[in-house]
Amino acid sequence: MTTSRRKDLLGLEGLSAAEIEAILDEAALYKAKPPKTPLAGRTVAFLFSEASTRTRSSFEEAALRLGAQPLSFSAAGSSLAKGETILDTMRNLEAIDVTHFVVRHERSGVLEDLAPRVAASVINAGDGWHEHPTQALLDALTLRERWSSFKGRRVVILGDVRHSRVARSNLIALKALGAKVVFCGPTPLVPDALSALGAQVEHDARRALKDADAVNVLRLQLERMEQGFVPSLADYALGYRLTPELAALMKPDAFVLHPGPMNRGVEIDSAVADGPRSLILSQVANGVFVRMAVLSACDRGRPARG
Amino acid sequence: MAERLLIRGGTVVDPARGVEAARDVLIEDGKIRDLAAGLSKKPGLQGVETIDASGLWVIPGLVDMHVHLREPGREGDETIATGTSAAARGGVTTVLAMANTEPVCDTPAQLRLLRAKADADAKVRVLFAGAVTVGQKGERLTEFARLKEAGAAALSDDGRPLMSAGLMRRALELARDQNLVVIDHCEDLTLSAGACANEGAPALRKGLKGAPWAAETVQVLRDIALAELTGARVHLAHLSAAASVEAVRAAKRRGAPVTAEACPHHFALSDDMIPGYDADWKMNPPLRSREDRAALVEGLADGTIDAIATDHAPHGCAAKAAGFDPAPFGVIGLETALAVSLTELYHKKALTRRELVARLCAAPAAILGLGDRGTLAPGVPADLTLVDPNAEWTPAAPYASKSRNTPFSGRRLKGRAARTLVGGRTVHAL
Repeated sequence: MTTSRRKDLLGLEGLSAAEIEAILDEAALYKAKPPKTPLAGRTVAFLFSEASTRTRSSFEEAALRLGAQPLSFSAAGSSLAKGETILDTMRNLEAIDVTHFVVRHERSGVLEDLAPRVAASVINAGDGWHEHPTQALLDALTLRERWSSFKGRRVVILGDVRHSRVARSNLIALKALGAKVVFCGPTPLVPDALSALGAQVEHDARRALKDADAVNVLRLQLERMEQGFVPSLADYALGYRLTPELAALMKPDAFVLHPGPMNRGVEIDSAVADGPRSLILSQVANGVFVRMAVLSACDRGRPARG
Repeated sequence: MAERLLIRGGTVVDPARGVEAARDVLIEDGKIRDLAAGLSKKPGLQGVETIDASGLWVIPGLVDMHVHLREPGREGDETIATGTSAAARGGVTTVLAMANTEPVCDTPAQLRLLRAKADADAKVRVLFAGAVTVGQKGERLTEFARLKEAGAAALSDDGRPLMSAGLMRRALELARDQNLVVIDHCEDLTLSAGACANEGAPALRKGLKGAPWAAETVQVLRDIALAELTGARVHLAHLSAAASVEAVRAAKRRGAPVTAEACPHHFALSDDMIPGYDADWKMNPPLRSREDRAALVEGLADGTIDAIATDHAPHGCAAKAAGFDPAPFGVIGLETALAVSLTELYHKKALTRRELVARLCAAPAAILGLGDRGTLAPGVPADLTLVDPNAEWTPAAPYASKSRNTPFSGRRLKGRAARTLVGGRTVHAL
């Protein structure tokens, strides 16, 4: 196992396959055997300028299971609206011995400038449309538990790829691990230019799903309709809702993932979401282990204090 | 007694008159008196104050027809004094200041005020564009005849695209009657809304909202059609897209009265070069693809693009540090335009020396109808720049400009202005 020496996890771009595997290995280890309290004495602060239930509670649970103290910081979106303000907030929290920042922000790339300017670890819990690395890692872990290898596997990412940080991080992780990725959705949400990122772009869901090994269904934000990306939810659903019939086009042992929260009946049918191929609840469970691994790895990647 | 100055030993490059040869230049009372080989050896010119220009090019002072001086309203970012100091350092002797100040330059009174301020503060010659619409709101036309009478050198709503084709048509008709060129910032806002970068792989990868090249080309094609409809002169500002260049090429072949400019950042850089989320690389239009960049160089080489202009747009450090998306659009360029042009166009052999000087000097002067600028004919004001084409240097803050928002900081460049003269007076010397 390659030991990663990074204090931060801002994204998966630039990580080697070995580094990604190492995080997954550590997560698997924690899942098999709960650790003692390796992060006792550490404090994890949450800076979230966007709503989150799943990611935030998952990170909090991960911190607790490692013996770290989660620090709930209630940050109104407006007070975190400016780059300088976030930095000031982080430096203030560092002064009271915060060791990890878990940050979610609506602006892509906001952490690239901030992370080098604080000594604490900075972990990206979602930045704009850019990256959501722990989501992609937990997706990868969930699939890896069922596949011996990603080689030759074809994973379809279905839905609003343009505005999805989950899609970007998943693409990077899956490619690094050896899988092929197909982005599928209507052109306004899945522009052809996305192929430059290394995915196959397909606008016909039937063609995309045929013989696929897994599909990761993205949430369709209702505001995309007002913005004119899709004419109506019904029109979108006609082509891209994952119905049992569409899901049946995949390989018989193929899996269904969804990062949540789901719009049942819009991008996915309940029969599929709750069906035997669905890994949706396994994803949620694995999220805690992956985040434990990330909090630990970043802790080790930080230069010793003093 | 006449004040005389001799520039000796340089190579005069004056595309407007087809001169490219070793010449001495005699300046008398701020005007060019004579150009000839061996002038310095003439009896009667012994003892005249002399500048040694051996190894240098002697070219007309650069005419930058697209700058933002921020005065009045944003003097913290730039003033007429600092902006024109930056111009002097870059070999630029005439600038056209855009009208998007605060308040907007949309009345004769405002224009007169600015001209008086420039008379007092400016280190180089400053011309002013008047706004096309009141407050640049795109609703009601300004008074073109009165603006012209007050000294407007051109009309432009630059920074704010004029979205109404109907209003643009009337503007062009009235501008033609005043023999004023309309400079248009071509951008269809319905295609570019909310964008901070070029729509392409780099923006998709970084999760940034991009504007497609077509946002520019759609308006370029509209303006060409309206220029042909009205017979008015339209100048297309800061072209960035290959398809726009092709549209202008085809229009010129038909004889349409359109001209165009390109900025050094657009022909020297592309969107794949932007480091991370560094907002010193953010401007409007955005840096586009490598293919677009190559098309701009080609357009400059074959004359489809007439002029090089900077779109010098100063912004303070705090505004630019806000992050790529929230930061304002714009980069400074006056101090680096000549050097970037020499590095990217001349030294890479895309343009000849004569072509390059034409794009920097003669063409913008001609577009603005300045018969006595951009050339070194006897009798014209002695605005000239001595260029050291091979001097290697690396731009770095502090700049003469009040701002430092440029992607060229830290980039090795080849060539620069060794000395700049306005009306025979040295305003910059290395």
